[in-house]
Amino acid sequence: MTGPRASWLGRLPQIALGGVLILALVLGVATLSARPAWQSLAPGIALVRLSLTHSGARNCRDRTADELAKLPKNMRSPQVCERRRAPVRVEMDVDGHSVLAADLPPSGLAGSGPSRIYHRIELPAGSYRLDLRLSDDPATQGFEYVAAFDVDLHPAESLAVDFDAASGGFFLH
Amino acid sequence: MTAGPRAVLRHGFDRLERILDRAFGPDWNPLAQLGPLGWFLFWIVAVTGIYLFIFFDTGVTDAYASVTWLSADHWWHAGVARSLHRYASDLMVVVMFTHLIREWAMDRYRGRRWFSWITGVPVIWFVYLSGITGYWLVWDDLAQYVALTSTELLDSLGIFAEPIARNFLAPELLSSRFFTLMVFLHIAIPLLLLLLMWIHIQRITSARTRPPRVLGAITLGALVVGSVAMPAPLGRAADLATVPTRVDLDWFLLSLYPVIESLPAGAIWAGVAGFTVLLAGLPWLPPRREGAAAAVFLDHCNGCARCVADCPYAAITLVPRSDGLPFAHEVEVNAARCVACGICMGACPSSTPFRRSGELITGIDLPDRPLAALRADAIAASGALAGAGRVLTLACAHGAAGAAPGRIILPCVAMAPPSLVDFIISRGLADGVAVAGCAERDCFNRLGVAWTRARFARERDPYLRARVPRERVLTVWAGPSERPRLEAELSAFAGRLATLPAYENLRPLGDDEAAATPTREGGAR
Ligand code: HEM
Ligand code: SF4
Ligand code: SF4
Repeated sequence: MTGPRASWLGRLPQIALGGVLILALVLGVATLSARPAWQSLAPGIALVRLSLTHSGARNCRDRTADELAKLPKNMRSPQVCERRRAPVRVEMDVDGHSVLAADLPPSGLAGSGPSRIYHRIELPAGSYRLDLRLSDDPATQGFEYVAAFDVDLHPAESLAVDFDAASGGFFLH
Repeated sequence: MTAGPRAVLRHGFDRLERILDRAFGPDWNPLAQLGPLGWFLFWIVAVTGIYLFIFFDTGVTDAYASVTWLSADHWWHAGVARSLHRYASDLMVVVMFTHLIREWAMDRYRGRRWFSWITGVPVIWFVYLSGITGYWLVWDDLAQYVALTSTELLDSLGIFAEPIARNFLAPELLSSRFFTLMVFLHIAIPLLLLLLMWIHIQRITSARTRPPRVLGAITLGALVVGSVAMPAPLGRAADLATVPTRVDLDWFLLSLYPVIESLPAGAIWAGVAGFTVLLAGLPWLPPRREGAAAAVFLDHCNGCARCVADCPYAAITLVPRSDGLPFAHEVEVNAARCVACGICMGACPSSTPFRRSGELITGIDLPDRPLAALRADAIAASGALAGAGRVLTLACAHGAAGAAPGRIILPCVAMAPPSLVDFIISRGLADGVAVAGCAERDCFNRLGVAWTRARFARERDPYLRARVPRERVLTVWAGPSERPRLEAELSAFAGRLATLPAYENLRPLGDDEAAATPTREGGAR
């Protein structure tokens, strides 16, 4: 038996051969670490995403004078509402063709939270007319919020359609 | 041997490993060092990660610029560290899955060895999560792709109040708080991974977490050369006004992403859950039949703790003496961990077949294959030997040896106490003893080869006594695909024995020694 130093010095051929094999493995790994490229979206396609959060209406009625009188003074709000909110109706057309028409249920266990949607639409690059409609109260006829946008989509463009009731409804990012 | 998928795979590994044995030497064979290599790669990733953090800007707006800067201006240290960080992580995926498949092929994951397997399953996901959060931080188009695809998948679960994919809807929505969360996760998840890797090896004794020094050096050297030769690429800066169309995907850590894109989210989650449950259930599909756990016989135990040191599965503990005998300790076997390998019996100083008076009992023994039966097996096997150069073989059930006359198959060759070899030769049961174990690079019972060698070399208790003529003892380490070599070595050994003069210290078997009956498993068949 020779010392540990001598034992590996005597094995230089194995170290060289082993090193070459592991280097080959590493180079193979490095190659697959970024190749081949993955085509996630076909060339010439643009992405439109509709993402919004909006609360549907609650079913409320006025309290009668009797009811109000029974309540402690500090709790006499004039209306009672159900916890559950109404679903929000959203529709979207591209060049007059419907691509989305959905009743978005309220979130939360009691259905008291806002309705949400995140929807992807892939479109070939080009010019389009987007029509958007939203209704948050089934009691009213038609749509409270309506918008139309003429867009010119470049390949690989990402267009986000968002909604904010306070600032008037649909808007583009 | 049945030709099921496991046997086929096991033979395949064995053949490949024999080639690598020749290239690296059995002790540096990387396929026999996958667990230690996994640990080593983890540390490379950890150290280079800490180094990268010195140069990395954790703000979402500056992250990409800092990565560009360190990859270009400081390519010779920080850039190399970045490539090392990436390629070592990728290699870890390769090592991990090869290790998983190999442990399955070697059948080292079932029965009472289930623990390492089960704890290995979450390790897989934490390796992936570490990689995914890492790619996110670069904030190039690949990062954007990963961010978008991941958050859309997560949102499909419907557990977040606000869809998190909204963070990546448009440039002005990108929140630096979300990015900070990813930075935090990329540190926290690898730390949890380390914890899981540590738990993974808790039920085995002296787990190898470091590869042999030279193998480690070769691996690190190759990674450095690879990092200089092929620096990790960097995509274009992320731009949320566009959508990434073509990305340079890491096919190790991100290979699930194309799948995520092509299948409905529900199928992905079901697949992940199904894969995890199936993998975790494998040790019971079907379970392995194992012998009863080792039993301690206090009358023959002096608390020397050799069995504690030799058990590969941390199944024996030293506890205070309970029976009033004048020793400080005794041992206790944890039956849930004992795989009935018998290595403890081979380690016990009381395990000597020479005792003539009374029953042959030792300090720790296998109820299904006690020392007394082993001695009887040896005597029975001896009856099947004739002519000059009689070889009695003590063979491992997991090596190359098949059943044959004059051969005793053991769960592990380290189950045979060295005194059994002495007994066989000095009683004239055979002219020589061959010990045929697993391939030298890796033992089915982890430490059986190492202990047998050390005992025979008189480096570890119990020693093979000096009086045993070494020319009458042969050790052969051979894997399942090496049966021809084993048989050739055995017959060459028999040939050498035939030329030796008769053994001069022969003390023939007494009538009282031949009493016990052999077991079904062993003896002449
Ligand atoms: C990169 C991740 C992993 C690392 C670093 C790792 C590390 C290790 C180490 C150091 C050992 C002990 C080797 C020895 O000393 O004999 C081991 C054994 C083992 N590992 Fe892993 N492992 C990893 C992943 C996995 C996975 C994913 C599985 C399977 C799901 C797995 C299953 C096993 C099994 C079954 C054993 C054998 C335990 C025994 O001998 O009873 N490992 N691993
Ligand atoms: S037989 Fe002995 S050495 Fe083997 S696992 Fe059981 S207690 Fe440990
Ligand atoms: S090796 Fe034998 S004597 Fe020593 S502690 Fe174990 S059982 Fe007792």
